[in-house]
Amino acid sequence: MLRIMEGSHAVAEAVKLCRPDVISAYPITPQTHIVERLAEMVADGDLESEYICVESEFSALSACLGASAAGSRVYSATSSQGLLLMAEVCFNVAGMRQPVVMSIANRAVGAPLSIWNDQQDSIALRDAGWFQLYAEDAQEISDFHFLAFKVAEDNNILLPGFICFDGFILSHTYEPVDIPDQESVLAYLPPYKPVNILDANDPMSLGMYATPDYYLEFRYEHDQAMKRAADALCKAGSEFEEHFGRNYGSLIEEYRMDDADFAYVAMGSVCGTVKDAIDEMRDDGKKVGLVRILSYRPFPEADMHRALSGIPVVAVLEKNVSIGSRMKGAVGPEVKDAIADSGVAVYSYVVGLGGRDIRKIHIRGIYEEAMKGNGNIFYGLREELL
Amino acid sequence: MSLNIGCAARPGRSQDNKTGSWRVFKPEFHYDLCTNCGTCQLLCPEGCIHKIDDNYIPDYSFCKGCGMCAEQCPAEAIVMIQEEK
Amino acid sequence: MADKSLELFDAGHRACGGCGPALAARLILKGSGEKTIVVASTGCMEVFSTPYPETAWKVPWIHSLFENAAAVASGIEASLKKQGRDEHVICICGDGATFDIGMLCISGAFERGHDITYICYDNEAYMNTGIQRSGATPYDASTTTSPAGKYSFGNSRPKKDLPQILASHGAPYVATCSIAYPNDIIKKVERAVNTKGPCYIQIHTPCCTGWGFDGSKTMELAKLAIATGMWVNFELADGKIDKVKKIKRRPVEDYLKEQKRFRHLFKPVRNDAEITKIQAIADSNAEKYGTDI
Repeated sequence: MLRIMEGSHAVAEAVKLCRPDVISAYPITPQTHIVERLAEMVADGDLESEYICVESEFSALSACLGASAAGSRVYSATSSQGLLLMAEVCFNVAGMRQPVVMSIANRAVGAPLSIWNDQQDSIALRDAGWFQLYAEDAQEISDFHFLAFKVAEDNNILLPGFICFDGFILSHTYEPVDIPDQESVLAYLPPYKPVNILDANDPMSLGMYATPDYYLEFRYEHDQAMKRAADALCKAGSEFEEHFGRNYGSLIEEYRMDDADFAYVAMGSVCGTVKDAIDEMRDDGKKVGLVRILSYRPFPEADMHRALSGIPVVAVLEKNVSIGSRMKGAVGPEVKDAIADSGVAVYSYVVGLGGRDIRKIHIRGIYEEAMKGNGNIFYGLREELL
Repeated sequence: MSLNIGCAARPGRSQDNKTGSWRVFKPEFHYDLCTNCGTCQLLCPEGCIHKIDDNYIPDYSFCKGCGMCAEQCPAEAIVMIQEEK
Repeated sequence: MADKSLELFDAGHRACGGCGPALAARLILKGSGEKTIVVASTGCMEVFSTPYPETAWKVPWIHSLFENAAAVASGIEASLKKQGRDEHVICICGDGATFDIGMLCISGAFERGHDITYICYDNEAYMNTGIQRSGATPYDASTTTSPAGKYSFGNSRPKKDLPQILASHGAPYVATCSIAYPNDIIKKVERAVNTKGPCYIQIHTPCCTGWGFDGSKTMELAKLAIATGMWVNFELADGKIDKVKKIKRRPVEDYLKEQKRFRHLFKPVRNDAEITKIQAIADSNAEKYGTDI
């Protein structure tokens, strides 16, 4: 049913339909509306979850780990500083192969302190071993939660996942969202059937330590699971259409790429602006297109290769910066490497950090810079401040 | 041998590790002096002293020879002797 | 009633011969029983009992990180509640994980009132990493990060009073015990796991390797700690003293001189001033809890 709602509330509605047994979260701007709405649902009996008001994000994810290991479906949400605080636990949860699903309302990281949007937080955790989905709009935010639980809990996968969406831009704005009914969700996402759990009837030791004789193989198995996750996400994404009418059978979206001789690559809400800019530029005769990344981990290398090989110029919009790196952004090098075609010029543009607005004029400006061969830069600097 | 997901294991495997090989001194039990109080069994950090029939018998494949049983036995019925290798 | 014949901690673990915590592990599980889920912190006990694929634990057991056992336990407790399961959820963590790095998680878990039992095996330093000072290290103990030296008498701070801190959080039952009295541990653990709400037990578990004494003397040291007033066995019910172990008190040096970590107080010269200060700590313990016969 189509309803106008705030992005955060779309998350809460989706989570409610997923029926987690335990919710453990700590408030942080701009995720607060999610956890507040969930608390209301629990208080009114609309959601039968154990809701733990933890004392920090570190404890939030630790409690999720415990509950998951005891056999429960669990959920948490965070942003920015909170995600960095729980970074140690993120690696731990992934290594212990617990299928925790966590919403990330993407927010810049301090210092300097900023409550506004960029994607530095989740990108900083790209090595942690969680799959990462990036939503363009509120509908995707909602849909991705069903998809994420389904893939995370697949006994052949057993990986935790982030659903990333731009803080404030998507969390605090209102859009029409189709929220499915409970029966449809149950048909798509059956109750969690855990593998090794804490159970006095079948005792196991979880989280033992691995000597050098074993550690490498555990990490390899983890990476193999992430490889399988790429197919699992596509399969679950295709199956999504049968139940809900929308298809997520690919880890990327190609927009007006058929005859493009220039491509933008981006993730998240900025893609809406990019698509609008592309339409205008197409009217001006420029053959531009967009490859939108839906899944950053696992990285869709084959799709990237197929979509971008032979495109002379690629401009990657980066809402993150890897200080000291050659291309500045973290996504660009992976795009370049996936294309692996020396005939393609790939440039990263660090934009929109700390919530700086990205407009069509900037998208067009980046085209100009890329065509001049000027890339791997911060774009949109206020020169008068420097 | 395949890895157990998430670095997990079922009980029992620690018994593969025969810590008796660590020993320098070995507890010798004198059952003529033993009063069956059970103190040795209760305080062994390895839990390797077992009551079999009426006697408390150490499992020497695990006994590390720490000497706690000998030190605490109220009947002084346990003596630590240097093990011949 | 706890079944004392239950052996839920297997031999073959890699603890030092004469290890206090290893004994504590066996005794704790006798008190808690088979329907127990153990949450461990990184530390000596976790390391010596679970090198993959060998595990000494015969009950469900989980280790996450160094500092978050109480938070993990909170999640397990919530999950069990939702599932209608009734296993006891206990944390077994060292003093480093408990007094220092784990304070955040413990305080939160106790404030929220989860039905868990947190058991700290207190060997008074970070032993697993090589005997570094913790908030539980007693005054003047020499550790590798608070060594006795030309300008130092060892650890310069008194032991943090964690039992009282957690009693102040509203814990319904807080108890200290020691491997000196194994049956007492079993009894107190049994009481704690059967008391609703967050309960705390601190077990004195002397470490021969870290304190510098022969492994055969572990129990004797534990008894001396109590006999000299350096450790008090007591129970707090809803924050009020419920029971205390009474002793015929001996001077603290009977305890100190048995351990290398206090040797600097006796050699090359006897340090009367510092020994007097430690005696004052013991006297204060005795007065606070009324231990003296």
